[in-house]
Amino acid sequence: MDPSRKRAIRLTVALTAALLLASALVYTSFSAGRDELTASQLLHQAVPGKSYILAGTVISQQRDGSALLFRVRDPKLHVSVPVRYTGIIPDPFAVGRGVLVTVQKQGSDTQFVGEQDSLTTKCPSKYQAAAGSKY
Amino acid sequence: MALVGRALLILGLGVSVYGIGASLYGALQGGQRWVDSGRRAVYALAGVMTLAFVILEAAFLRSDFSFNVVAGHSSTTTPTFYKATAAWSSQEGSLLLWVWLLSLWSSLILFLTRRKVREITPYATAVLLGFATFFGSLTAFFANPFATTANPPSEGAGLNPLLRHASMMFHPPMLYSGYTLLAIPFAFAIGALITRRLNSEWIQVTRRFALAAWLFLGIGILLGARWSYTELGWGGYWAWDPVENAALMPWLCCTAFIHSIMIQEKRGMLKVWNASLILASGTLAVLGTFLVRSGILDSIHAFGASTLGVPFVILLGVMVTGSVALIIWRRADLRSDSQLDSLLSREAVFLFQNLVLVGMTFVIFWVTFFPLISEALTGTKVSVGPPAFRPFIVPLALVLVLLSGVGPLIAWRRVTAANLRRSFAFPVAAGLVALVVLLLVGGVSKRPFALAMFCLGTFVIASVGQELWRGVRARRAMTRDPVPRAFLQLIRRNRRRYGGYIVHAGLAVLLIGVAASSSFQHSHDVVLRPGQQAVVDGYRITYVRPIARATAEKISFGAVLDVAKGGRHVQTLTTTRGFYPAQDPTLGVVGRFFNGEEESQVGLRAGLTKDIWTVISPDLTPIQPLINQGDQVFLKAMSAAAALPPAQARAQITNLFAARDAAIGALADRWVRHPWAAEFLLIVSPLVTWIWLGAIVIAIGGLIALWPVPVLARRRATSAYAARLARELA
Amino acid sequence: MDFVIVLVILAAVVYVVSAPLRRTGEAAPSPGAEIADLEAAREAKYREIRDAELDHRTGKLSDDDFEAIDRSLRAEAIEILQALDGAKAERAG
Repeated sequence: MDPSRKRAIRLTVALTAALLLASALVYTSFSAGRDELTASQLLHQAVPGKSYILAGTVISQQRDGSALLFRVRDPKLHVSVPVRYTGIIPDPFAVGRGVLVTVQKQGSDTQFVGEQDSLTTKCPSKYQAAAGSKY
Repeated sequence: MALVGRALLILGLGVSVYGIGASLYGALQGGQRWVDSGRRAVYALAGVMTLAFVILEAAFLRSDFSFNVVAGHSSTTTPTFYKATAAWSSQEGSLLLWVWLLSLWSSLILFLTRRKVREITPYATAVLLGFATFFGSLTAFFANPFATTANPPSEGAGLNPLLRHASMMFHPPMLYSGYTLLAIPFAFAIGALITRRLNSEWIQVTRRFALAAWLFLGIGILLGARWSYTELGWGGYWAWDPVENAALMPWLCCTAFIHSIMIQEKRGMLKVWNASLILASGTLAVLGTFLVRSGILDSIHAFGASTLGVPFVILLGVMVTGSVALIIWRRADLRSDSQLDSLLSREAVFLFQNLVLVGMTFVIFWVTFFPLISEALTGTKVSVGPPAFRPFIVPLALVLVLLSGVGPLIAWRRVTAANLRRSFAFPVAAGLVALVVLLLVGGVSKRPFALAMFCLGTFVIASVGQELWRGVRARRAMTRDPVPRAFLQLIRRNRRRYGGYIVHAGLAVLLIGVAASSSFQHSHDVVLRPGQQAVVDGYRITYVRPIARATAEKISFGAVLDVAKGGRHVQTLTTTRGFYPAQDPTLGVVGRFFNGEEESQVGLRAGLTKDIWTVISPDLTPIQPLINQGDQVFLKAMSAAAALPPAQARAQITNLFAARDAAIGALADRWVRHPWAAEFLLIVSPLVTWIWLGAIVIAIGGLIALWPVPVLARRRATSAYAARLARELA
Repeated sequence: MDFVIVLVILAAVVYVVSAPLRRTGEAAPSPGAEIADLEAAREAKYREIRDAELDHRTGKLSDDDFEAIDRSLRAEAIEILQALDGAKAERAG
């Protein structure tokens, strides 16, 4: 087999492999992905039984035994949703912090249940102007 | 001094702009003296940035709160070590660190090449100063570390307690060193493309910088992983978080680059590939710097939206379009000098390895940016999350490990089939023995991927061991040295090769640790009262007694745990959760303490075979009524005190603060005397320590490969060869 | 005081950066692009020869294969050395 044909074959094989990888990747992303929604979007769109990722700011929290109840506010609108969450609570979690939590709608009411250990909290903003601290 | 600092930043900016102009003018028309002036501009920049950085550090060390960054990130009670390192925990300080490091490495490379590669250096200088101009203008105008306030507070906000960890303090300088070192080969590649000097010269002069970038970036990533494991309360070391991925992507590309340049040096092949790879690595490095501070991707580290997003996006756009345009423009000069001889050669193995690494980078890039991609395409942000990585990364990682073992066993250009058998016999046998032994150990067969990693890791370690042994034997056949001396001489005289082999062995150890700790972990979330116990993976963990501490800085509730196995005591662990008071007085005098920063102290026993990891999550509900009560009492007392005449008010308030301290102490006391149930996360993980040990081995191998050969030895070697070849000519 | 410090630093920077421009006389001629390329190629070729030797001594290449590779590498090295000699002579001449 002359060299240029060998090279053509190798190139074809490599490109095919790359294409397969890319297709698998695209397929997984769209099928296994979960929508990331704000509080208001969640209230409008949430279907019971489907998982969504809720992003927003915590406006209140309280403990209920081993569960954590908190409300997440929409970044733009004055709307918030209640979440009941069990699992690891990240160290930076506090009222006023940004969080991401995977939730499912329970039944027809607006209570959302957080998936175990799915809560992540944004680190307090080192890279923003320090919120006015009083001494 | 702040004014001097600011002036230095602007001066640095001016010097950078001048340097770009002088270098380009010198290259195009003006001659060597303008190019030299441009190079000296880099030296001057390094000097100016060093002074600026020293001024900033001095401000931190003397707690000068007129500097906004000092007030925002340090305090008088911060230990000195963390005062010094708090300088780069702010946006402003970290950008200054970036420019400073860039100016240092740029000065170094330009000094080392001051009499070489004369066509390329002016353009490389311009590119490097271009980066300096970008980051310099950010610090001078948008994120000024020397901003001051007319009314300095008496106390600073202090360093975020999560960052008070040695690993976390070395992590940014290591990462930034990696990123800025990558700018060097990037700049020289651009220069080579512009001047069409596309043989191996630009690679040879920047090779060590690429390797150093790889080393520092890798160490930075591992320090971050270690911090996550020992400091954060979730028990893991890698979360596929966007900021973690942002540092991993350029590292993977850089790993591919330091291998594929060997092929270009030897065979003149892969010129397009190498140029593209380093341009991509440099762009990913800037992307990494940007991701951490932009807020465009939701991550636990994305520090909220900042105003710096737009300039970074513009820079990245320029870098990407410029790189692609340059490569297309010069594609004729990037043709290979020769072909791949055989698929069974070290060149081919390197090529496969490159493809795997680029594949991994692509997967990580896609999944990390998918929320933005999907938002652009469909309008909704779709998040895929860590589970998406595994089906792709794990098989690719297995192939990578396999190749890292095959590479050392194969020669350049082509292999002899018979020798192939001899070279592979021992390592393959070792891998098979590992397979058999592990299959006999119960439970391992249920995790085929982990099993595959263990066997392949054994194969790699055996192949490296064999190569070291054969090298020593070959050396002793020539010099009759004793084994230790032969070993050292072997490594000394072939640093690149054996340094690389040692890195491969370290990588195998590290990935074995990763496979074991992710596949065979036992994790339990339990609620315990003192005296109660839980069993995790054969270890009996007993909550012995509660502990508490209260100071003005924080109050912490914790537990002492006893770990036993088979009736024998193994370790006593202590884990606490610390509560730092918030500054906001509306939260209540007592309540402040429980609404501020929280931080976990992990109870960890690190062993060679198993890690026992514990963290406590105390439930504050039982004392909440007491806290509320306390807040109300103090509020009334404070108001009453404020109504008194000033002198008496001051005295009364001092008393009240003392009473507050006593109240906090009483709460701490209550935890110890009347403890209530607390939640514990207990994890037993095998072979986590192998990750850190593997990392150390990788670092050692990297240093060996990096270490410069003494010039004298190099010249001796060259003249010896010339003599031999001269004899052939005659 | 701050102002004076800044002025001093500015002066130092200007002095350092402008030094090459104030130079009189010609700078030393650079070795030239072609010679630099050939020297780099020579170093790389020597390294290849050493690597092949090490591969042979650690048993990855048979004697026959090694001899063939070594021969061709030496020939390539000689070509480079001859080209280098030629380029240097041309430069001197």
